[in-house]
Amino acid sequence: MRLLGREVSCVRGGREVFSGLDFEATSGEALAVVGRNGSGKTSLLRLIAGLLAPFAGSIGLEGGDVELTLPEQCHYLGHRDALKTALSVSENLGFWRDFLGGAKFDPAEILARVGLDHAADSPASFLSAGQRRRLSIARLLTVQRPIWLLDEPTNALDSEGQSVFTALMTDHLARGGLIVAATHIPLGVAARELRLGDAM
Amino acid sequence: MTALAALIRRDIRIALRVGGGALIGVLFFLSVVVLMPFALGPDLALLARLGPAILWLGALLASLLTLDRLFMADHEDGSLDLIVMSRTPLELACAAKALAHWLAAGLPLIVATPVLGLLLNLDAAPTSAVALTLLAGTPALTFTGMIGAALAVTLRRGGLLLAVLVLPLSIPVLIFGVAASQAAITEPRSFGAPFSILCALSLVSLVVGPFAAAASLRHGLD
Repeated sequence: MRLLGREVSCVRGGREVFSGLDFEATSGEALAVVGRNGSGKTSLLRLIAGLLAPFAGSIGLEGGDVELTLPEQCHYLGHRDALKTALSVSENLGFWRDFLGGAKFDPAEILARVGLDHAADSPASFLSAGQRRRLSIARLLTVQRPIWLLDEPTNALDSEGQSVFTALMTDHLARGGLIVAATHIPLGVAARELRLGDAM
Repeated sequence: MTALAALIRRDIRIALRVGGGALIGVLFFLSVVVLMPFALGPDLALLARLGPAILWLGALLASLLTLDRLFMADHEDGSLDLIVMSRTPLELACAAKALAHWLAAGLPLIVATPVLGLLLNLDAAPTSAVALTLLAGTPALTFTGMIGAALAVTLRRGGLLLAVLVLPLSIPVLIFGVAASQAAITEPRSFGAPFSILCALSLVSLVVGPFAAAASLRHGLD
């Protein structure tokens, strides 16, 4: 499986964020998107996720499931946590499991993997920033998707949380998954670097 | 199907919890209707004559009140991105969200109607006629309102825009809803014709609403 971007240009609000960008990533590989603030890291992830349309160029997937579109094969972990504060931790996770179609996974087991099992019944409004992040990371495990799009994934995580997440990424890559991550700090797994902005 | 059921279950659950929209709509409906006799004076015949129109207006405004959160809440916390990306067709997801909104916010208005009918000196027959027309007509309000909610989703203070966008679209529903209710009070007029048109409006909006909302969500996100 190969994620391929050719001559991708992105225009936001009349301003060209980047243009003529080529990138590729294959199964088992992580792509670390780096660059200063405003260089278009988040925009690139949202382009791949199909949430933005490229101004020019194309992004495609070779060797994926032909019946599914590229966004349908992606997990997107954005800045926003996609959590409902009115619901409990396990209700939040249970909803995403059912909505994304991962019926065979047990929410309790996933919560244990990200270290939130003790908080399963408390309302999500009482979670700290790091715990919210852990809960949205738990979403990645509710259903198997080959491509993970991660936007500053380790924000607000403590060092223990970061090592848990590194283990999850390593595991995902070992199973032939693919990761595209926008990040300022080293990702924790071996990654090819894609630099946006001034160095282009 | 599991995905849609999960979406409906989640939205209803949120609406029913503290801070959700279900109760707010009913309370607003209650306040509008309770204020009317104070404004119009204690003329019972007048109240009975205006009753159906007051109930319909109250229900229309109350259903509009909570509609702006339909997509806005999901947009703010990032859920909407994931719903757009998911394998569930966005049109179906929109329909599921509107259905959940109607169940949580529309249905309580209909349940409250008989109680509020008492305040307006309405007899059992006109009250049940109003409740019946609301049952047939409020889905149209929700599903056309959803189009406005989808258009306003990315805007600050979109709620105000929503009202401006949606109220003109609700005029036909209001006309035929009140016409059918009035027919139950003044005998010679026919109840069937306006009621059928009301049902037709609901059915049309049930089909058009999800497609229009999904299209505007796809183009509006960034």
